[in-house]
Amino acid sequence: MAARPRVMIVGGGLAGLAAAMKLAELEVDVDLMSLTPVKRSHSVCAQGGINSVNDQTRQLGDDEWKHFDDTVYGGDFLQHQPPVKEMAYWAPPVIDLMDRLGVTFNRTPEGFLDRRRFGGTLYKRTAFAGATTGQQLLYALDEQVRRWEVAGRIRKFEFWDFLAPILDEQGRCRGCVAQDLVTMEIRSFPADFVVLATGGCGLIFGRSTMSMVCTGSAVSRCFQAGAKYGNGEFVQVHPTAIPGADKLRLMSESARGEGGRVWVPRKPHDSRDPRQIPEEERYYFLEERYPEYGNLVPRDIATREIFSVCVQEGLSVDPDRQAVYLDLTHIPRAELDRKLGGILEIYEKFQGVDPRDVPMKIFPAVHYSMGGLWVDYERTADGGLVPAHPKNQATSIPGLYAIGECDYQYHGANRLGANSLLSCIFSGLFVAPGLADQLENLTGGVASELPAGLFESARRREEERHAELLSRDGGGENPYLLHQQLGDIMTRTATVVRHNDQLAEAIEQVLELRDRADRCALSDTGNWTNQNVVFTKSLQDMFPIALTILRGALMRDECRGAHYKPEFELPGLTSDDPAERRRQAEQWVDAFVEKNRKWLKSTIACWNADRRDIDISYEDVDTSLIPPRPRLYGLVGAETIEEVWRERQQAMAEPTGEAAGAPAGT
Amino acid sequence: MAEPQSKPASIDSFEVRILRQEAPGRASYWERHRVDYEPQMNVISVLQKIAAKATTIDGRSVTPVAWDCNCLEEICGACTMVINGRVRQACSALVDNLLQQEDPNEIRLEPMSKFPVVRDLMVDRSRLFRALEKARAWVPVDGYYELGPGPRVSPEVQEQAYPLSKCMSCGCCLEACPQYTKVELTRLSGETDEEFQQRKRATYDQSFIGAHAISQIMLFNMHPTGKHEAAARLDQLTAPGGIQICGNAQNCVAVCPKEIPLTTSIARAGRATTAHVIKKWFDR
Repeated sequence: MAARPRVMIVGGGLAGLAAAMKLAELEVDVDLMSLTPVKRSHSVCAQGGINSVNDQTRQLGDDEWKHFDDTVYGGDFLQHQPPVKEMAYWAPPVIDLMDRLGVTFNRTPEGFLDRRRFGGTLYKRTAFAGATTGQQLLYALDEQVRRWEVAGRIRKFEFWDFLAPILDEQGRCRGCVAQDLVTMEIRSFPADFVVLATGGCGLIFGRSTMSMVCTGSAVSRCFQAGAKYGNGEFVQVHPTAIPGADKLRLMSESARGEGGRVWVPRKPHDSRDPRQIPEEERYYFLEERYPEYGNLVPRDIATREIFSVCVQEGLSVDPDRQAVYLDLTHIPRAELDRKLGGILEIYEKFQGVDPRDVPMKIFPAVHYSMGGLWVDYERTADGGLVPAHPKNQATSIPGLYAIGECDYQYHGANRLGANSLLSCIFSGLFVAPGLADQLENLTGGVASELPAGLFESARRREEERHAELLSRDGGGENPYLLHQQLGDIMTRTATVVRHNDQLAEAIEQVLELRDRADRCALSDTGNWTNQNVVFTKSLQDMFPIALTILRGALMRDECRGAHYKPEFELPGLTSDDPAERRRQAEQWVDAFVEKNRKWLKSTIACWNADRRDIDISYEDVDTSLIPPRPRLYGLVGAETIEEVWRERQQAMAEPTGEAAGAPAGT
Repeated sequence: MAEPQSKPASIDSFEVRILRQEAPGRASYWERHRVDYEPQMNVISVLQKIAAKATTIDGRSVTPVAWDCNCLEEICGACTMVINGRVRQACSALVDNLLQQEDPNEIRLEPMSKFPVVRDLMVDRSRLFRALEKARAWVPVDGYYELGPGPRVSPEVQEQAYPLSKCMSCGCCLEACPQYTKVELTRLSGETDEEFQQRKRATYDQSFIGAHAISQIMLFNMHPTGKHEAAARLDQLTAPGGIQICGNAQNCVAVCPKEIPLTTSIARAGRATTAHVIKKWFDR
């Protein structure tokens, strides 16, 4: 009997599990590899919810197009629009599916899915399961995958570390090499397609809200094998996290969605108990500066405001560390327990203080990688995606695909809250039919029947790297300390506020650290469950992505979404004189158009193995569906700028009558 | 919940005693480390410090201690171990609290005793996941095509299901259970990997399924679609390794970090299996 083709999925979070179960349904044999039992993947940490248009918002004027519009506007127009449009239109059926799979979504009294409001939108689109939505969604998919495992369609390889893709002479991916984290066996896995679903790379920043597996090493290993990386410099810093020594724990945006208010005492370092500070002495800075969105401004804006209130304005609530209050104490306890129980428990458990009684202390933390492996798509005439097309989610290495947080496709310069769970499940489900179709007529035979030499030599390369590390003499660099230093540099220079001189200096420092990491010595040279060598390898593989983030940030001289360089900010209007104000607005719009002409482009990084550094180029963004417009949340003079902007759009539309849909400024 | 912890009086550093084991089948041994005190440490940050230093209290260089962890938010279940004699997650075990409990100078870390040790504090919990297969812990949907929304669910039912659905498969309930005893198999010579896995599964299936899986069965038997397979799940509960092994010690519910009402699930499962067996007897 001829061997059946197989698909290897690397990573068992929402994206990987969704792809696995959909492929299984399409009668494709799947191998699913993960560093951890898939039920323990980082998706469990997502708290707040998952967005879709729903019957109620629809009757308030909402529709899929508006969800799409909010997503690209929130992302500062940096994402290609067709995939985002497709995702927004898939959102209601994705939630229906998760509902059928038994996710314990919160319910209305009548038994419908309850919804809450999240940042960056005016509609209650977000379905949620207590404050552990990610966990509940992941479990539902984990259960389905287990069902297929019992049926013999899916094989799991848990506690395995992806080491490299295997490329044939034509450069097509034919499988991967991986290492068993228990026995340390290194093995080749022939596969007709490899799908990477390995999540974000927060550990490059040392401490973040991400789990310990989120090192970015699998992505880096594909990047070093030639896959292009997109928009690396766009890293979301979540506005509200609980500072901790080992990790920065997320305090979900849903805390604000359910009415949480962010404030600081007007008097710097007011040492009174926060509950004793009267209303008029509290500075609700988000509500004052952004009356329309209030505490629910998009994440990049909330983050910068909290950062600036503490760092620039010196209003931190603690004298010796940075923090603001996130206050829920005005909401009845029973309501808090019902809607936010899970996240409040986290605060209580790790801080030893009950946030139902005392305002929480929070500060921004690295949270999500908008950037990731570059992936392709096939557009339809009306701006959606062609279903089951082989190009959808394909990386630049033929046969290698990427889905979920590790691709760069859906969130542009800034991700909206409750859109990540959606993009993970959507991209997982969406990639499957294209792979299944291609397996029907594979050219060049099934991977498992290719000459063994290809797989053996790939395995040997990894065995050599492994053996070389184990054989080193002691006295070299300590990988754990180098990781701390890398994290400190990245957090200081490449998070909320970025300056070119600091970024340039950071690159030099990171290159030096990279060379030191080459000389790591292991404190464990054994060959059984050696976590020391696994960590050292992942540390070494952090540097290519760290350089991608830093060089991308250094070169991009503008502000867009999460990437903020004060030197290049377009300032608000200063004049009170109407004519002068109008002139300033015209200038502002000119500058905005010019900025988009120059920078409304995807950053594309390629690994240069000779220089052991990266090359950067830029690609145009498909903004053909929604013309880019200024993001004016809270800017002084926003109304005048908006007026000028509208007039220009109309003027552009009128003379020819067809240019209305043309992208502005490109 | 405790008030904000204060630093235990006059402590600049403390001892950590770890029960280590190099590999399955090897002897275990205690190793002592000294860690500098910092405010707001948890056991994960203690283990991170020990890994970075890799030197014992008497200055001997040793391999870093192996342990399992991931989310560090007590929601993935990975870092479960026995800390000062109590099974729990290392991430939510705060040093200040631990030092106030027993010995103000020492913290004791051991691997869970009901699962085979892989190395040091890492254990093999595959039996726990096998139980979820046996329990058929999933909703048997027709497929993943667009078929409209799921069944309507009242808030009361959701509020009953959600706590059960928070089980993170950490194994605390099994560690605390007197009837759940360790099953450790070693590969026989000449046995293929596949054969070994198969033998493991068969042996696990003869042993107690555990409170976590009983509770999952009640969760899925409650779901409007899940209950279509209720009988098959109850069959598993009356098979060898089923609910009859439970000795009603109630330790499981006491140690569950997610406060899942495990004994309520077990009581309901007991009633359901009794009814199921009688029904089957009449249906013969």
